[in-house]
Amino acid sequence: MKIILNIWRQKNSSSPGKMVRYELDNVNEHMSFLEMLDVLNEELTRKGEDPVTFEHDCREGICGCCGFMINGIPHGPERGTTVCQLHMRHFRDGDELWLEPFRAKAFPVIKDLMVDRSAFDRIISAGGYISVNTGSAPEANSIPVKKQCADRAMDAAACIGCGACVAACPNASASLFVSAKIAHLGLLPQGQPERDRRAMRMVLKMTEEGFGYCTNTGECEAICPKGVKIENIAMMHRDFTRAVALFREEAKVGGAG
Amino acid sequence: MAFQLDPRTPSGPLEHRWAKAKQEMKLVSPANRRKYSVIVVGSGLAGGSAAATLGELGYNVKCFCFQDSPRRAHSIAAQGGINAAKNYQNDGDSVYRLFYDTIKGGDFRSRESNVYRLAEVSVNIIDQCVAQGVPFAREYGGTLANRSFGGAQVSRTFYARGQTGQQLLLGCYQALERQVDAGRVQMFSRHEMLDLVVIDGRARGIITRNLVTGSIDCHVADAVVLATGGYGNVFYLSTNAKGSNATAIWRAYKRGAGFGNPCFTQIHPTCIPQSGDYQSKLTLMSESLRNDGRIWVPKKKGDTRNPNEIPEEERDYYLERMYPAFGNLCPRDIASRAAKVMCDQGYGVGPGGRGVYLDFKEAIQRLGRKTIEERYGNLFEMYERITGEDPYTVPMRIYPAVHYTMGGLWVDYHLQSTIPGLFVLGEANFSDHGANRLGASALMQGLADGYFIIPYTIGHFLAQVKPGGVGADHPEFVAARKQVDERTRRLLSIKGRKTVDDFHRELGRIMWEYCGMARNASGLKHALEKIPELREEFWQNVNVPGSAEELNQSLEKAGRVADFLELGELMCLDALEREESCGGHFREEYQTEDGEAKRDDERFCHVAVWEHAGEGRRPVRHVEPLQFEFVHLAQRSYK
Repeated sequence: MKIILNIWRQKNSSSPGKMVRYELDNVNEHMSFLEMLDVLNEELTRKGEDPVTFEHDCREGICGCCGFMINGIPHGPERGTTVCQLHMRHFRDGDELWLEPFRAKAFPVIKDLMVDRSAFDRIISAGGYISVNTGSAPEANSIPVKKQCADRAMDAAACIGCGACVAACPNASASLFVSAKIAHLGLLPQGQPERDRRAMRMVLKMTEEGFGYCTNTGECEAICPKGVKIENIAMMHRDFTRAVALFREEAKVGGAG
Repeated sequence: MAFQLDPRTPSGPLEHRWAKAKQEMKLVSPANRRKYSVIVVGSGLAGGSAAATLGELGYNVKCFCFQDSPRRAHSIAAQGGINAAKNYQNDGDSVYRLFYDTIKGGDFRSRESNVYRLAEVSVNIIDQCVAQGVPFAREYGGTLANRSFGGAQVSRTFYARGQTGQQLLLGCYQALERQVDAGRVQMFSRHEMLDLVVIDGRARGIITRNLVTGSIDCHVADAVVLATGGYGNVFYLSTNAKGSNATAIWRAYKRGAGFGNPCFTQIHPTCIPQSGDYQSKLTLMSESLRNDGRIWVPKKKGDTRNPNEIPEEERDYYLERMYPAFGNLCPRDIASRAAKVMCDQGYGVGPGGRGVYLDFKEAIQRLGRKTIEERYGNLFEMYERITGEDPYTVPMRIYPAVHYTMGGLWVDYHLQSTIPGLFVLGEANFSDHGANRLGASALMQGLADGYFIIPYTIGHFLAQVKPGGVGADHPEFVAARKQVDERTRRLLSIKGRKTVDDFHRELGRIMWEYCGMARNASGLKHALEKIPELREEFWQNVNVPGSAEELNQSLEKAGRVADFLELGELMCLDALEREESCGGHFREEYQTEDGEAKRDDERFCHVAVWEHAGEGRRPVRHVEPLQFEFVHLAQRSYK
């Protein structure tokens, strides 16, 4: 089949970008979307042109590397998929597509379709963990976890950190990503001691990184390749509100002795 | 210079060896730890857990990964589970049994002491991960759930749906980010290690390329830890992530680190078959599917009927027939080889006859669709996305694919390579899996190495050296950096007619054909002629567009493929020298009358360790004999 691609080309973060049109004649319906771009890149390389930069690694929909806008939709038109798991059988002969990087102030473009999502790491670093040093953990079955809690925690923990939720949100909010971690750890008994601190610090960090506020639009849930639910955001708001009332950063005073 | 291959195996009863080794190790006091710096390359289960734990202890850690975030490491793609000898199911499991299954599964080509330690710390790994909040599957009573996996008759595998690797990795990634926040770990993402710097016989640092700016930098440390994963991408098509590569360990090999058993490649039995030439990778379906799925082919050759129209009596459930004790749960090498044999004999299904059925019909009837959805839903969905077929109603088609490399840099019991100060963890080392890896054992090794072994052994090393003393202006750093620069410039200057992928695909074809699931001497000799020719052509005719001072994915790939073109040759050399069949390594000349792998313990009960002898020279093969004091070598039987 024939596919027409309009791709955002941008040399680096400081140069202006523009749309460039490419035509591919021999697209096989069993190819993944990225394999189709591989074919384009092989052609460009042979012609001595710069291939299109896009991020990818596992190509199994789990590492969270890949992702860009296809016709204005993060990861493309199929529901619940990453772009590496999107196959050309979902497109028609002669389709014309527009490929752009995820757009958000907190995700600066690095090159072509690749953006910088390191803000996500800094948000996790602010408190998205349980403090337990290696070797000091109690026997695993000494902490029973209700099956429903473990299952719900797993639903939230399935987030792959791809950033599609941010790209889909009209406010470029990272609430779905942040709340997924807050819910995952907050639903487990192990996560309770740091629950207030975690909510406080992660939410504040998200704002500091330049992500927008959540206005319950719901685009994030609709686009999430892993089906992470917006109910996590409600839990995040509840935890944050509680943290505002209860949590104080530790006072910096020296100990005795 | 000949290698000193001292495995530093502790003496005494097997079950006391690790405790004894820990007792004898020197310690670095907390106040002194902050004076030492450690480089960790790789941020997967092994590297991430090592960097986090060394940070907790108080060392200055610099951690490097080529991805945009440590959370992307390929450990994240592991689906099925992680083993631990908890015996929660009361089905007779024990540390000894896990140890024995692993040694036997690896076809007696790994060290007893290492494998015993792995089984021993497996129980602590589960404790650690649960405390971190890894959402393992639970029973209704709140206790942890288990399932069984290939190569075992007990249920000892812990899992988080079909995303176990992801959850374990996120656990150590979060521990790592906690140390980043505490200032103990400095994270360098989008950086690739391009060389190792050895000064006075000791690893003292690395040369990296910043993949965004192209800047080549020197990083000095008191010890270097490589945890860079496997090199299965030498085959081009494999289940590895596209970025997985051998460059870090290959550079270390060229700087004097011994390479152990390079030819031992694990072929995974349950992958989605290849569908076309454009295909960029193969996708694995978790081995856990074999718990409920039954594998079969039609009894009639070339039967192209819809599988649902083939009646029971015309199906050959060949694994259940050939290996009644283990059936569909026999180890990976056995299941893979059996599938290949069936297809080679003409019973294969799907395009080109390269596939066998994995059928859930009976399980769905027995357990109900809902249970199957709960257990494997994400895998079924993934299969449907890739093939466009619904596995709930039509049996899956699967075929073996390159999955895991058991070879890697040689390390001793302390996980130190032949270069003092250079430690190698996880899939990047050769150590614990022998000739074959059982299911759910790779995650176990990665985390055992990173959380529980390296913190002790690296401390022992550091306690015996003074911190610092070398700067990035040292002539060895300057020279290594210059070599990296020159190599990059050379790759960019060739401007030939073929793309990097053209060469990679061609290398992959040679490797799969002649050094894949089944090998023989004449094929390997042929490959040993072909690969140098291809390498020669690469350096004359590759086209790498763009420049060195920018983000350049073609350049990244070119450097990695250049290394694969050398490593592939070493793999064939190693396979040729090993005149026996064992584990994932099947030499056609050495098989039993009924077609099973025939080991030769007289001549090959050892680790082959290759030493780089200079460019254009044949590498030297050394041998570390394997001694079995506690288990007796037996022919593996799963019948």
